[in-house]
Amino acid sequence: MTARIGVITFPGSLDDRDAQRAIQVAGAEPVALWHGSHDLDGVDALVLPGGFSYGDYLRAGAIAALAPIMAEVKDAAAQGMPVLGICNGFQMLVEAHLLPGGLIRNAHQQFIRRDQRLRVENNDTAWTSDFASGQEIVIPLKNADGGYIASESELDRLEGEGLVAFRYVGVNPNGSLRDIAGITNERGNVVGLMPHPEHAVEPGFGPNTPEAMRSGVDGLSFFSSAIAAVVAQAA
Amino acid sequence: MPTIVVDVMPKAELLDPQGKAVAGAFARLGVSDFTGVRIGKRFELTVEGEVTDELLAEAQRVADEILSNSVIEDVVGIEVVQ
Repeated sequence: MTARIGVITFPGSLDDRDAQRAIQVAGAEPVALWHGSHDLDGVDALVLPGGFSYGDYLRAGAIAALAPIMAEVKDAAAQGMPVLGICNGFQMLVEAHLLPGGLIRNAHQQFIRRDQRLRVENNDTAWTSDFASGQEIVIPLKNADGGYIASESELDRLEGEGLVAFRYVGVNPNGSLRDIAGITNERGNVVGLMPHPEHAVEPGFGPNTPEAMRSGVDGLSFFSSAIAAVVAQAA
Repeated sequence: MPTIVVDVMPKAELLDPQGKAVAGAFARLGVSDFTGVRIGKRFELTVEGEVTDELLAEAQRVADEILSNSVIEDVVGIEVVQ
């Protein structure tokens, strides 16, 4: 079977086409979905892409989290469908309470764009199973509101239950507490992170590596993991 | 026209990068009388006619569910301004 992975476009989404391309490169069929509809078109998994939906007015991702299609996203997530939130999509997932915590303005107040090293802390999710536990990867990061925060007790719970999916290594680019770059829900089907795996899937367009410029494709494993999860679910 | 003013602040125990940036500017400018700065949001909800208890309850609901995110912010005030 060919997995069908939906990418929801919101007003102000920027990386929806990049996410569709990444899904295609990984071997699945990308399906364009629209925020204003109530139709997930029967997809097997979902990506909420990066951007600045609704200008990030109110709070980053807050208005998008109230979009019509989010009712269906919540239902699908509750039924176990793999859902990945990238950057603005991560902000939408926390605003929709599908993931715990919150994201605030970067501690240094600046927009930042860099190739970011991460450690995969939990490879037992629908979006990380193709990584080794503790594997370090490099994918692009670009955000203004990427500071992950939660109360101390909530952070302790996330650490204790293994819900920290990714941690910044070397540089903490935005003041995220405990260097948290991404988290997962308890079931492991909903994952959100600030850095952008969809920008590191194709030689020539990814981060630099010691081997060659722009050859980094560490983001591909996010999508191949989800494809494996979909195929396993169907079997 | 009556206005319902909703004030939202970042939670006291959490980081407020914007407030910290202003506090830093104060320090550079020699403004030393203030020991801290925090930045919040003020929403002005205009209504036509009288502000009833039902309307205030609805303002409280949207303040809690839409205008603020209880994970990172607190609604610190809801008041009617004529």
